[in-house]
Amino acid sequence: MARFAAGEQVIVRRGNPPGHLRTPWYIRGKHGVVERLCGEFRNPEELAYGRSGEPKRMLYRVRFEQKHVWPDYAGPAGDTIDIELYEHWLDAAR
Amino acid sequence: MPHDEVHEHHHDHPHVHGGADHHPHRPDADDTLTYCRRLEIAVRELLIEKGHLTADEIRGAVERMDARGPHLGARVVAKAWTDPAFKVRLLADGTAACQEAGITFDQSTRLIVVENTPDTHNMVVCTLCSCYPRMVLGIPPDWYKSRAYRSRAVREPRAVLREFGTELPDDMAVRVHDSTADMRYLVLPMRPAGTEGWSEERLAALVTRDAMIGVTQAKAPDSVT
Repeated sequence: MARFAAGEQVIVRRGNPPGHLRTPWYIRGKHGVVERLCGEFRNPEELAYGRSGEPKRMLYRVRFEQKHVWPDYAGPAGDTIDIELYEHWLDAAR
Repeated sequence: MPHDEVHEHHHDHPHVHGGADHHPHRPDADDTLTYCRRLEIAVRELLIEKGHLTADEIRGAVERMDARGPHLGARVVAKAWTDPAFKVRLLADGTAACQEAGITFDQSTRLIVVENTPDTHNMVVCTLCSCYPRMVLGIPPDWYKSRAYRSRAVREPRAVLREFGTELPDDMAVRVHDSTADMRYLVLPMRPAGTEGWSEERLAALVTRDAMIGVTQAKAPDSVT
């Protein structure tokens, strides 16, 4: 069961747990919009340590506005960045 | 005269001896056993010794990897340019459409194809490491794996594009794709004007690796003969 649907506003968790992560530092705490659901995959944060990666986690592609990600971004307002993020890194934006 | 002859004399031109067969030799590039090389050799030999893999299977995998290259992606792009129904399938499910076009997928990663339009330019990066659509482009170029490209492509994509000679108008949005997990990205460049009626094969010659990474656009028709 996917927690978010395409078009939904989400915010990336600010966590900084130790170990292998796939959520780039620059996007933590930023809010974006779910572009699409990519399906369920084994959790790479577990796979990196030889564990099973189960249960599988839903992977989303989330679109962020560059002006929001980098406040001094040198480019027009329409520029975006899309990033793949696992569900356990996302919260609903209020 | 053997090349490994010991020279005991001193001179200012260590490589020039005047003999017809006495050309300068570049040092061997394969003589450094770094930690990672040592680790690779140890793991490979263990896997063979314990019967998990054969040397020929490893050789075959390397051969298959090396046989992949941008010609595969170019073929897919040219097909999408000439076959509208294929393009719809390609954008809906890049993995399935590429398999339909005869491209095999060794890994579990999936392919997302992103389309350049007059309003939007797409560009691919992997900030965390060097994820790359190897199934359609082969081995990534060194610059793609460099820290400079990986950090700057997300931070100042338009400056990076300019350095690749790609100047885009402000009313064309730049959409960067950071491949952080299980998806890989292929850019479908815009079909150049003046190529009406061209065959897939001729069109494919306009589609470069860099255009499919999204740091440039497809070549102009007058650039190829």
